[in-house]
Amino acid sequence: MPTLPGVHLKDEIAKVSQRLRELGHNRHLDKAVWGRVELARHPERPYTQDYIHQMFPGFIELRGDRCFADDPAIVGGLAAYMGRTIMVIGHQKGRDLAARTRRNFGMARPEGYRKAQRLMNLADKFGIPVLTFIDTPGAYPGVAAEERGQAGAISGSLLCMARLDVPTVAVIIGEGGSGGALALALADRVLMLENSIYSVISPESCAAILWKDADEAHLAAQTLRLTSSDLLELQAVDAVLPEPRGGAHRDHAAAARIVKEALEDNLRELEAIHPQLRKQERFQKFRQMGVWKENGLTLF
Amino acid sequence: MAQKVSVDISRRNRGEVLKGAESCPQCSQLLTAEELEENYRVCRHCGHHFRVTARERVAQLADTGTWSEIAANLRSADPLDFFDLRPYPERVEEAEYDTGLPEAMLTGTARIHKMEVVLAVMDFQFLGGSMGSVVGEKFWRAAETAIETRVPLAVVCASGGARMQEGILSLLQMAKTTCAVELMAQVPVPFVSVLTHPTTGGVLASFATLSDVVIAEPGAFLSFAGPRIIEQTIKEKLPEGFGLAESNVEHGQVDMIIPRSELKDRLVQILGMLEGGVACALEPLWEEEESRPGRRGAFAEAIGRIKSLANPSRRPPKR
Ligand SMILES: [Zn+2]
Repeated sequence: MPTLPGVHLKDEIAKVSQRLRELGHNRHLDKAVWGRVELARHPERPYTQDYIHQMFPGFIELRGDRCFADDPAIVGGLAAYMGRTIMVIGHQKGRDLAARTRRNFGMARPEGYRKAQRLMNLADKFGIPVLTFIDTPGAYPGVAAEERGQAGAISGSLLCMARLDVPTVAVIIGEGGSGGALALALADRVLMLENSIYSVISPESCAAILWKDADEAHLAAQTLRLTSSDLLELQAVDAVLPEPRGGAHRDHAAAARIVKEALEDNLRELEAIHPQLRKQERFQKFRQMGVWKENGLTLF
Repeated sequence: MAQKVSVDISRRNRGEVLKGAESCPQCSQLLTAEELEENYRVCRHCGHHFRVTARERVAQLADTGTWSEIAANLRSADPLDFFDLRPYPERVEEAEYDTGLPEAMLTGTARIHKMEVVLAVMDFQFLGGSMGSVVGEKFWRAAETAIETRVPLAVVCASGGARMQEGILSLLQMAKTTCAVELMAQVPVPFVSVLTHPTTGGVLASFATLSDVVIAEPGAFLSFAGPRIIEQTIKEKLPEGFGLAESNVEHGQVDMIIPRSELKDRLVQILGMLEGGVACALEPLWEEEESRPGRRGAFAEAIGRIKSLANPSRRPPKR
């Protein structure tokens, strides 16, 4: 998180309250955005294993990073899908307290990202497409995780995804929290469920750092532009998948059907492209990420 | 030691009060601006590494008069129309004014002991060295230049992570820079990163740890998560020395720690060895070695000699 030295808050207070008053008419939008955040984190929202359960009856879980441990915050394995095998990998939050603790709320440690790499490389070896489900508040910030190379595990996972010759599809199904989410989302196609969020930082942390007040999380959420429609507009994701009425938590089976259809369409398109060209297109897509000014012109 | 990051901010202000002279945060000795500059901004009493600006770093590494900036005209836009306590463009303008830099990363070509390199240097004083669209694009162009000219890339990192004010686009720079690293690997061109105090978050979790050789500066804080976030999560104080370069070496996360005074020589040595153009008979660098001050000049000269003797044409790319 950037530290911002030399910021003189006192001079700004007046200006800020003025601006906040101006923003007053935006409170409806504020509420709508926060509603999305709450839906994305809804305790009954379908998790990775729910989609696996609905979409891939013969799923075989593969565990462990072969170095240190098996991280239950990321699950993965082989699935039969429409006449082919695919590798499914995703963050897994827990449903009840015991599961949540065991799954560490979907916050992976380095061994989780290293397991993901192992499975992706395995898929690549046999020409098996990779599907990832993104649903995490972020990578776990702990002493041991750092000592085992959390940063290197995430960058390693990114590099692994960049290198794959097989088609890759990522689906953001709930919370796409920071680098811990992106680590599984450097894909040919990045799809996002309507009520999911995807952000560089959680609204709470952002508010604490920039507004010096965690209670401004609603405002931060609106400012960060983390909803699916925002991200589509910013070309940060390739498509938004509509959810069943009221949200995916209302009907897991219907949500899974929507994801399944989208997966089928995207895989069919991707498989029709020559692997080398597909990889080039992947690089080109991420190369174009960002907005900047050059010689005074704003470039997308 | 764990509070190092917060100590650093006050240090800067203290320096300004003393008009160029700075007191060492580690040993409290007062150091004049001249003696600091002569010694690469390293305390001559205790070896504490003071922060250097991106331009100072370029001057320390590049042979005189060889630096040529690339992508110098890139500036941050405000794609999110971001307003927290202040508008984002105002923060950028202030950073530009305070640092004299166009962005948190300078990119260019230079010669280091006559060896051609592409150099990218980050500056923590520019919005915490945070990575937004411009830093990502500059890294991409630096990598592109390295690939097109078959010249190695050296990156000096200093960053608090992704830039919040560009939201998801900042996060995606991690993916973008990773793709650039992979394109370099396909050639391959050597890529070395130097992690300086502090390198954290999205920069550490992308190109900074994807280099062929990872070098750290003494005392640099290197951790994916910030120290406060970890303390809040584990609900206890961080262990002594947590996240420092020395601890990172012990845990196998970086290859080596190089004191700043030796960085220029070592960079050329390592990049040269990766290219296969420099014999290995240079001064060894391994754990048992004692530091040998006073041999720097002779060492640099030796590199120059060997470089000129070695076949000037570079190794052809692998097919
Ligand atoms: Zn000192």
